Amino acid sequence: MPLYPPRPDKVYFFGTCIIDAIFPRAGLSAIRLLEREGITVLFPRSQSCCGQPAFNSGFPDEARQVARRQLYTFNRDYPIVVPSGSCAGMMKHHYAELFAGDRDEERALRFSGRVFELGQFLTDVLKIRLTDHGNPMKVTWHSSCHAMREMGVIKNAKALLAQLANVQLTQLEREYECCGFGGTFAVKHPLISSAMVRDKIDDIVQTGAKRVISGDCGCLLHIRGALDQCGLDVETQHLAEFLWERTNG
Amino acid sequence: MAKPARFDFKKNIARALKDRQLRKNLRSAMDGLRVKRQDVFDDARELEELRGYGNAVKERALSRLPRLLEQLEQKCTQNGIQVHWAETTDEANHIVLEILQRHKATRLVKGKSMVSEEMHLNQFLARHGIEALETDLGEFIIQLDGETPSHIIVPAVHKNKDQIARTFHAKIPGAPYTEDVEALNRIARATLRKKFQAGHAGLSGVNFAVAETGTLCLVENEGNGRMCTTVPPVHIAVMGIEKVVEKLEEIPPLLRLLTGSATGQRITTYFNMITSPRKPGEKDGPLEVHLILLDNGRSRIYADPQLRQTLYCIRCGTCLNHCPVYTRLGGHAYGFLYPGPIGKILMPQLKGLSAAGDLAMASTLCNACEEVCPVRIPIPTLIRRVRNESYDASGSAVIPGHGYRRNLMEIMAWRAWALANSHPVINRLIFKLAGRIGHLLPAIGPLKAWTQVRSRPQFAPKSLHQLAREKGVPNG
Amino acid sequence: MADITRDRILKRLHKAAAQAPDISPVACLPTAAYDRTHRLERLITLMSAMRTQIETANSRDWVDRLQAILKNRNLKRLLYSPETAMGRELQDAWPAESQELPALCSWKGQAEDFKDELFQIDAAITTTMGAIAETGAIVLWPDEKEPRLMSLVPPVHIAVLAADRVYNTFCEIIQAEKWSDHMPTNALLISGPSKTADIEMTLAFGVHGPRELIVLIIDET
Repeated sequence: MPLYPPRPDKVYFFGTCIIDAIFPRAGLSAIRLLEREGITVLFPRSQSCCGQPAFNSGFPDEARQVARRQLYTFNRDYPIVVPSGSCAGMMKHHYAELFAGDRDEERALRFSGRVFELGQFLTDVLKIRLTDHGNPMKVTWHSSCHAMREMGVIKNAKALLAQLANVQLTQLEREYECCGFGGTFAVKHPLISSAMVRDKIDDIVQTGAKRVISGDCGCLLHIRGALDQCGLDVETQHLAEFLWERTNG
Repeated sequence: MAKPARFDFKKNIARALKDRQLRKNLRSAMDGLRVKRQDVFDDARELEELRGYGNAVKERALSRLPRLLEQLEQKCTQNGIQVHWAETTDEANHIVLEILQRHKATRLVKGKSMVSEEMHLNQFLARHGIEALETDLGEFIIQLDGETPSHIIVPAVHKNKDQIARTFHAKIPGAPYTEDVEALNRIARATLRKKFQAGHAGLSGVNFAVAETGTLCLVENEGNGRMCTTVPPVHIAVMGIEKVVEKLEEIPPLLRLLTGSATGQRITTYFNMITSPRKPGEKDGPLEVHLILLDNGRSRIYADPQLRQTLYCIRCGTCLNHCPVYTRLGGHAYGFLYPGPIGKILMPQLKGLSAAGDLAMASTLCNACEEVCPVRIPIPTLIRRVRNESYDASGSAVIPGHGYRRNLMEIMAWRAWALANSHPVINRLIFKLAGRIGHLLPAIGPLKAWTQVRSRPQFAPKSLHQLAREKGVPNG
Repeated sequence: MADITRDRILKRLHKAAAQAPDISPVACLPTAAYDRTHRLERLITLMSAMRTQIETANSRDWVDRLQAILKNRNLKRLLYSPETAMGRELQDAWPAESQELPALCSWKGQAEDFKDELFQIDAAITTTMGAIAETGAIVLWPDEKEPRLMSLVPPVHIAVLAADRVYNTFCEIIQAEKWSDHMPTNALLISGPSKTADIEMTLAFGVHGPRELIVLIIDET
């Protein structure tokens, strides 16, 4: 399987459960970005969750049950585009472990081979060109740990932002540091989680940016929650929604 | 210093997070160590090659561990080093005691050794009327305060100079109060120098043991390690059984990985390679050298191929330096000897899951540790393994105490989650419900923990599934 | 008793190891190779950065050079070994009495007898086995002629190094000198004076090992 396939006609879109329930507009923006490039986007209705929450929390059987659903839902040979480094990382790098020795091991490996994070797909497969129709603004970017370390797609997101002529991107001082979400960690260790996100928020505030963009809604949910609790006037937005908003004229 | 069966991790965490001075000290120290490491490994490609090598050497060495230990023992014995085996820390302590008593030694000078901390050696010897004096400056400082190390490499990292100044002034006879770092070092040097001369025996750890030649390798900057292993007539080295490597030529890259990762140095001030006690004709060095090989649960870890990777650890501490959780808590909050990412996988395996399993829950699996581990231990994967076994009461789990976290509520919760996410109809129903009444959910359980420190998440009135259907996105 | 413990531990390990796949030996990593000039330059740069004082001389003037370095430093005694060729040269060229230079003294008896005096001596001079350019360290192989403590106890350590014995890498010296055939009681790599950063991560020199390390490179070119 080549690293980046040539431009396909059709792709699957995996919405992720957090986008599905809490940030559906981000998902819709991503679908629209893809459709605008002339791609037919398929949204299989029986999709749900990548299984990561259970996988990380000590419940691999339950994770496998849910992951198996996705294996059968996205069963054709189309690329699977995922608007989250975390979920993409789970499906690309951990399904092999989850299905090792399982009857669906082959299927899982083929599935993993078709997974792309959204930003990665836009830059490396579609070679998207973006025209910025928005007013000048300053934003900052939050790298999710899995987008950075598992998927290595931060450079793709930044390349997309760099194409927006009126957007000034300021860097966080500790961009590499985890925001403290960590899935169930956020509720199992709220104090540490909070300490981490408070530092992240201080970092965001010191950039002077009024909006923080990220490719991962888990982080955004967590950062948003903390910003609100501190009463801070900073917006949070998913990369897809931001790109659509800026380029949709 | 016996630990209670369940240490109060939550209380430790709360206390650590509130300690502003500690957080400031840690942040500054960890930043410094990270930058130093980055500077000394300035060639990314070379670093990856080194890490690959480190991982391969450890994998091979461990695959042949029993043979290498036998070879090490044979070579050491040939060279005059007496080799002892200890299954438990209790046995190891008694071996040390027996050696010291035979020599009528009542004063032991110690170089830095985490294994000796595992043994709680100092307290054991104190009960038998033997004074064990730490000579590594960081260990010396915390010994004066009656504390345990809070970091594998820099044991007193949690202290700042006014705290140290107070300690020296109060506990060292004749020491003035000074916060000047040079002056504090001079006080320590003068105090400890006298102790080296007066020591009856010296104790050290072992960074690497070479089976090929029967050589014990030690890194250090201060010179106290050399003092402890050369001045007294007896030298006792304590070592975990996993530290043996096969060949001398494997040492240079491992050394580079260790010093670069631990302190950002190309090499430490001294690299000490000991192969025998004082030979006939030689004028100094210990007359007896002893090597104690400690198991303490390592052979059990060894038995599982995946968990065996825990034993690759060369104790560099860099995972701690890069861990966002360690940076905020410091070592003491972890309640066990080895903190940070390595501690999260090692302590539950050494002490059992019901004692230390909670440590593995305190991680976001951000992967920062795995990214920097010089021997490529897949720490996040092993953390997940520890978590899995924490809930697995079946016979296929191997870590002692497995299944300790198993509880009906969590099992039901995850089963319900799995059900909802594997049946599209149920899934759609739940999302519809969440959209309508999500905001009315009472703040109990996970929602309570979430809203303790964040505003409520707001469920969208229409899920992406619904919007996709409405906008005519094909099903596929 | 100990044998039973040993056997139990090994039995467990052997049982588990029997199931481990055979892993092939690991190939040595490619190592650096500098030319002679760069080797010396690199060694000097790295060791100087670790606060080593480096001087160069040749085989005819090294003692003069050494005396110039040690003059008026208030050093009372310089410990040396009359049993080495270097030591004998030093002894021959040293003044019997001097206000500005330390008096030569040598090791007497075993460490137990000499210890108290040793801890009062200001400086010691030793030969070296070689040096490593890549890491920036000298290599000592103490033996019956030059005991280990000479390079540890006195606050000033002078190490005499032949320029031709500077190797590229640690791996190279191990292989070229066939270390695995004849390891000494205690081989040492030394990269500078002793130091610590245990107090607020602030670097301070001169802890238990020498406060000063002077490397005198004898280079004929």
